Amino acid sequence: MKSKKTSHGKSQLDINSESTYRIAVSKLDTNVLWRITKMAFRHRLRMAIGIVSTILAATFQLFVPQFLGRAVDQAHGLLTLTSDRATTEDALMTTALLLISASLLRGLFTMCQNYQGEAVGHLIGYNLRLSYYRQLQRLSFSWHDKVHSGDLMARGILDIEGVRMWVTTGVLRFFLLTILIGGGAIILFRIDIELGVVALAFVPIVGFRVSVARLKLRDTWMRLQDQMAKLTQIMEENLSGIRVVRAFAAQDHELNRFDKSSRIALAVTHERIGLFVRYTTQMTFVYFLSMGLVLWVGGHKVIDGEITLGELTQFLAFMSILQMPVRQIGWMINSIARASTCGGRLFNILDLEPSIADKPDATPLRITDGVLKFENVDFRYPAGDGDQRTLSGISLEARPGKTIGIVGPPGSGKSTIAQLIGRYYDVTGGSVTIDGQDIRNVSLESLRANVRIVQQEPFLFTSSVNHNVAYGDPWAGRSDIEQSAATAQLHNYISNLPSGYATLVGERGVSLSGGQRQRMSIARGVLLDGAVLVFDDSTASIDAATEQRIKSALKDIVKERAVIIIAHRLSSLMHADEILFLEEGRIVERGDHDQLLARSGRYAELYSLQTRLSDTDGEN
Amino acid sequence: MAKATPSPKSNRPPLAVVGSLVSQDEDLFGRIFDRWVVGRLGEYLRPYRARIIIAIGAVLAFTLTQLAIPLIIRAAIDDAVASGGEIAEGGALLNILVAVFIGVVVFNYIANHVQETIVGKIAGHLLFDLRRAMYAHLQVVSLSFMDKTEVGRLMSRLQGDVNALQEFLESSIFAIGDFVLLFGIIAVLLSLDARLGAMTLSVVPILFLVRIIWLPLARRAFLRARETSSATNAALAESIHGVRVVQELTREDVNFDLFDEKATDNLNSHISGSKYTNVLIPIVDGLTGAAMAIIVIVGGGLVLDQALDIGVMVAFLFYVQRFFDPIRSLTIQYSIMQRAMAAGQRIFEVLDVEVEVSNKSDAQDPKEIDGSIEFENVTFGYVADQPVLKNISFRVAPGETVALVGPTGSGKTSTMSLTHRFYDVWDGSIRVGGHDVRDLTQASLGRHIAMVLQEPYLFSGTILENIRYAKLEASRDAIIDAAKAVGAHDFIMRLGAGYETELDQGGGNLSLGQRQLLSFARALVADAKILILDEATASIDSYTELNIQRALARLLENRTAMVIAHRLATIRGADRIMVLQDGEIIETGDHAHLMASEGLYSRLYRMNYASFDDIPDDVARTLSESNDAT
Repeated sequence: MKSKKTSHGKSQLDINSESTYRIAVSKLDTNVLWRITKMAFRHRLRMAIGIVSTILAATFQLFVPQFLGRAVDQAHGLLTLTSDRATTEDALMTTALLLISASLLRGLFTMCQNYQGEAVGHLIGYNLRLSYYRQLQRLSFSWHDKVHSGDLMARGILDIEGVRMWVTTGVLRFFLLTILIGGGAIILFRIDIELGVVALAFVPIVGFRVSVARLKLRDTWMRLQDQMAKLTQIMEENLSGIRVVRAFAAQDHELNRFDKSSRIALAVTHERIGLFVRYTTQMTFVYFLSMGLVLWVGGHKVIDGEITLGELTQFLAFMSILQMPVRQIGWMINSIARASTCGGRLFNILDLEPSIADKPDATPLRITDGVLKFENVDFRYPAGDGDQRTLSGISLEARPGKTIGIVGPPGSGKSTIAQLIGRYYDVTGGSVTIDGQDIRNVSLESLRANVRIVQQEPFLFTSSVNHNVAYGDPWAGRSDIEQSAATAQLHNYISNLPSGYATLVGERGVSLSGGQRQRMSIARGVLLDGAVLVFDDSTASIDAATEQRIKSALKDIVKERAVIIIAHRLSSLMHADEILFLEEGRIVERGDHDQLLARSGRYAELYSLQTRLSDTDGEN
Repeated sequence: MAKATPSPKSNRPPLAVVGSLVSQDEDLFGRIFDRWVVGRLGEYLRPYRARIIIAIGAVLAFTLTQLAIPLIIRAAIDDAVASGGEIAEGGALLNILVAVFIGVVVFNYIANHVQETIVGKIAGHLLFDLRRAMYAHLQVVSLSFMDKTEVGRLMSRLQGDVNALQEFLESSIFAIGDFVLLFGIIAVLLSLDARLGAMTLSVVPILFLVRIIWLPLARRAFLRARETSSATNAALAESIHGVRVVQELTREDVNFDLFDEKATDNLNSHISGSKYTNVLIPIVDGLTGAAMAIIVIVGGGLVLDQALDIGVMVAFLFYVQRFFDPIRSLTIQYSIMQRAMAAGQRIFEVLDVEVEVSNKSDAQDPKEIDGSIEFENVTFGYVADQPVLKNISFRVAPGETVALVGPTGSGKTSTMSLTHRFYDVWDGSIRVGGHDVRDLTQASLGRHIAMVLQEPYLFSGTILENIRYAKLEASRDAIIDAAKAVGAHDFIMRLGAGYETELDQGGGNLSLGQRQLLSFARALVADAKILILDEATASIDSYTELNIQRALARLLENRTAMVIAHRLATIRGADRIMVLQDGEIIETGDHAHLMASEGLYSRLYRMNYASFDDIPDDVARTLSESNDAT
């Protein structure tokens, strides 16, 4: 479970942190890599085995050129008549055995190194995936409103992949290269310093190129990622809105939009390829040049008798070992660029502080009488949210058997009240209490387990009807589920489906009409216990006759809970014990239906407007 | 955070899954070489033919330089160095050979640069070409295909499959290089010394044997790893899209545990896959060691017998070190290729989806039409033998407003789609402005018919851009006028940046009513003779509702309109009402007339259902039965 970091000093509001995350990325290059590396070292044993294996693998690999050199000297030795044949053959045999063992051991340790490295990488991926999942479920609705879901998916798939690769392609490869080059340098310098310098001349040049390339490549990676995200969004919107596109014969326009974005993405792709190719080919070139120099200087040294032919072979063999690693340096740069970009994008989300979280001393909500109270509540949306809606001076009390209806023009703050009850936002003044406990002092989980909000636009999961109805209580019994569906006037419909409650609904299953979906949402809500039940415009697509049936089915439930009905159709709430008329965030009228009609105020005005719009008021 | 409250009810597993219940039934690996896919890819490669030839040349040149390097070293050792200074010109010869070496290296550099650049760029082009082809094709394929295919599935083809091909394309040309290198090394080894060469190469069959045993096992592991990945990603996607319900119903902990199961599965399968990948390393390295040992013992012996030059032995050692590289990358190639073939198959599947509706070669594009709509004996359906519309005939006169009502599935939406020629009729004909729709261009239909859909879909971008969608050349003033006409101006001005306000994904920062008004404004800007409107079923708050009724009146002015009506006010305001049931028009006339005739309409109307769409099935059945009786 991810621990909360309060020391970050981030803004309290995740909306604000969200708006700054893009700027933050470019500065955090090394921090991000360090952070991923630290995550890797949390798996101590595996990393220890991995690193030790890497060191041993590199060491055994360094033996190979030495043995090769020895073999050449041994074979060549006879020609120069320094030893007899039998001993030479014995010596060759020994060298051969040493070669096989060194190679085999190198292979075994490389296997360990890769395996442990990949395992740690997958473990990091796993942990990140869980943290990411948890974090997305914690972040507020308003944050989710502002972030494109495609972008979130890309981070959860591609970016985790990019970070995961860092352990093998970054950390362990770094150890491997250091030891190969460092150990090789020591061995070579001991044979011949001058030739050693020539052999390793390419290292600083490559090192310099690496540091330049890293930044440039990283920059193109980021731009590519952004551009691809834009392209994805264009395609996704086009496909989702294909009927609109067809309806207005806007295919050309859509293709233009796509082409414009696609062309930029292609240009950045080419730029990235160009950069990458330039750096890697240059590195290979410098490496080969060094090899040529070794042949030249070393060859003359052999001619001059300063070193043996075997030693020259050893130099060349060592360089030949380095050919793969030099190529890999290129991949390493790529991996640095990728890991830091991807990691940055992920950490930006993981570090967001949910604007709503439990207080350290939060206690579970205790329900005694089930009384919900708003006391002089003020609320304004966080700055920068662009939402000007506010609430001020809202007081209300709902209790079992006392239903509150809330009505008012769009934007008057009706839904905000529902959001405040579930604490999806915190009030900026006054308080919301349930049975005398301020909801900011109780644990979110216990609060939300007691406040059931039935939304206007319900989400269907691609799963069976059963699963969908029981979404809030997956352990519900069959009879409870059927009872809830019956209350929501959905049971008959479900029973007639091909597989009844096991029928698949959602994207790939049976599609439900708007009204059926809302009834599904009501069934979900009534299945659950809870002291407070809020209907947030949740019968808008259900016609009046069905709504009446639902209402009478709900009678018993309503008696046991504090119910708040937010609606714009007066027939939905005219029987509430108290009706609040909201306008610009204030309660301008309150009372029951008859009282409000008698006042001939805004409520009465709305009532006559609705009767005019449809002279069937659903009640006669 | 607290643990999920264990249910006191029982110990049975929860009725819950994360991610879809349906498994991804798509093949991840295709055949290793699919002639059809490669052939189709070839078509897309044709424009780059010249560059491909250059690239292949560069790959061959690059490979040859790699082959040449040990040979130069061999020459340097045998001819210049090994004699230990006995040959006077040894030093001079060495200088020449090093110069040759440098020359080869420069050549190698150029060839490397050329091959990598060209291959990378062609691959980039090809992917973008393929993606564009798919995207463009999806703009014209039949809507019934789009209806039954999820957006997510198409997106995974546009992105995932295209990326799988990228890997293949970028590495495929190097595979040619690897092949050449492999056979080159074999040839060089055998020609340098046939005996030693043959003995050295004797380790190769062992590797192939190991591969044959390894491959099916590894494949299964990799397949499983991919499956668990896609299951995990599906669960993640669901949690993102359904986050509101999750938080409201406090499913976080249950979901987290379920997700953890999938993620753990994913972790384990990947770690097990990693075992298979890495187990080959010591085998390959051991065999390399064995090959080197053979060279040392046998080659060394030959050198001792003076039957082999020491330089040849050195060259052998160098070649053997590189020998397994191509074999290794060729096996990686193998699975990349399989993936690419499967991906290619899916891409071309999309590209091959039939275009059912297309412009005739002599399709007309009249500037003006008179606005009439005529259906003549139209029969149409989506599935063979299941007609949705049965021999329907009617005419809508220019300027007339006709309301279509009827239960779900009665054929209202199909009537609307056919007018815009989203589909072609099975039988009969449809004429718009006197022209058969099949004789008009699609663009022409788009210009003369404006459509407002039930779900007001908005694109991300500014409000201005959204209203302008149907007519890109519309001026800012025209847009503001339209917004004013439909009563959207006021709320637009209240938004932070007015007409420049950026809409969230799907217009999420607007209410349903506001989105509806914007889509009205969009249709008004289109300024078409004919309006087709599918009224939203959700009832909207009375204030917006009033706005919408006014906007609708403004929208219908001087236009021919066909409205799938749900609101009684709209229905009653229509010049004529057509009642559809089971694909047939069963009643037609104005409100008073239909009420007097005591048919289905009057019965439905009296039942007090605000919308005919959401009538419970049992009620609808009883009603239509009693209707049949009359």
